Amino acid sequence: MSAMDGTIRRVLEAHGRLPASTSQLKDDDDLYERGLSSHASVNVMLALEDAFDVEFPDSLLRRGTFRSIATIREALEGLATPAASKVESS
Amino acid sequence: MSTSEGFREELLHAGLLVDGGVLGVYHRSFRYEAIVRGVQAYVSAPASGESFLQLALPPVQARSTLERSGYVSSFPNLLGLVSSFAGTEKEVSAFLEETDAGGDWMARMTPTDVALCSAACHGLYPMLAGSSVPAEGRRYEVHAWCFRHEPSADPARMQSFRMHEFVYVGTPSGAEAHREAWIGRATGLLEGLGLAVDVVPANDPFFGRAGRLLASNQRTKELKYELVAPISSVAPGAISSGNYHEDHFGSAFDLLVDGEVAHSSCFAFGLDRISLALLYRHGLDTADWPADVLRRLTADLDAGARAAT
Repeated sequence: MSAMDGTIRRVLEAHGRLPASTSQLKDDDDLYERGLSSHASVNVMLALEDAFDVEFPDSLLRRGTFRSIATIREALEGLATPAASKVESS
Repeated sequence: MSTSEGFREELLHAGLLVDGGVLGVYHRSFRYEAIVRGVQAYVSAPASGESFLQLALPPVQARSTLERSGYVSSFPNLLGLVSSFAGTEKEVSAFLEETDAGGDWMARMTPTDVALCSAACHGLYPMLAGSSVPAEGRRYEVHAWCFRHEPSADPARMQSFRMHEFVYVGTPSGAEAHREAWIGRATGLLEGLGLAVDVVPANDPFFGRAGRLLASNQRTKELKYELVAPISSVAPGAISSGNYHEDHFGSAFDLLVDGEVAHSSCFAFGLDRISLALLYRHGLDTADWPADVLRRLTADLDAGARAAT
């Protein structure tokens, strides 16, 4: 598991209020089906921003961004790449 | 009547509304109130026969309701708190002297336990807090003056306005069925008044960046539908809405059904907006309104008056 994945799981564990431990989650598991509520997803979003020192642009403040560990990782990787953020703002 | 500002001027000129001195605050003429009462009785009539607990709620509610419902974090820019003075007589003279010297008396006020009513159904949930509702759910018909801090010259966006709601608390399927039934029923009722109604997916104006995510969730899950029609200009606005809250209020207020967290839904008629939409559609003089529309409003008004005696 990469350092990024570890941090994502730690944030989900602390802020996702999921009924089961995040250690049992697969990358593609649907977090909403696993019990992630709308309000908990906001806390996850804010905690991810703190943990990675990033700010999600408005275009990523959507339900789909926080659907799974994989989609969260994809969003964060996009933010970390200058080329990707350029595409985002165009 | 091309702009909302133009329509506002016409309403004021006709004396239907009177400028209340603050943007979005109006005094209502009795002529306008007769329309509101007619609409209220008309939308209330189909509920008779069903077991709705009917309550008229005051324009204020417990401040804790705002906190517990999540309204403070989701809509801090729209809420209203009642403040008052909690000090001694000696302090009064001190702050009056300060005020005379150009100081700010409001800095001496403290928030009370009272807030302005945020939505008609919000007052219901603390009433039920910690209780278990029967498997068939509970139904409520509630009416309240509501407040939103959004000063605007558009008469469709009042700061103080009335909501008439039909609320369900119970199972998830019951909550969805309640909302669907009322969306259908309300569309027919409003079309019966000659309004051109569209039903569209919508979201609440949640505050800030977190609010964007909440709004996306609400839209993706189709939790909110608005019934829109021209209100003060050709651009349609919401005159009613059907909302499925899932377990939001059930979790916040510890409401149970069959040992599980209860779900809830509501259908809200915006009485002032419907009344304005009627004035916009049919003209400012009700004597000129189509006979069938008048009959529907006044018949129910008469029935409502009879029921009240």
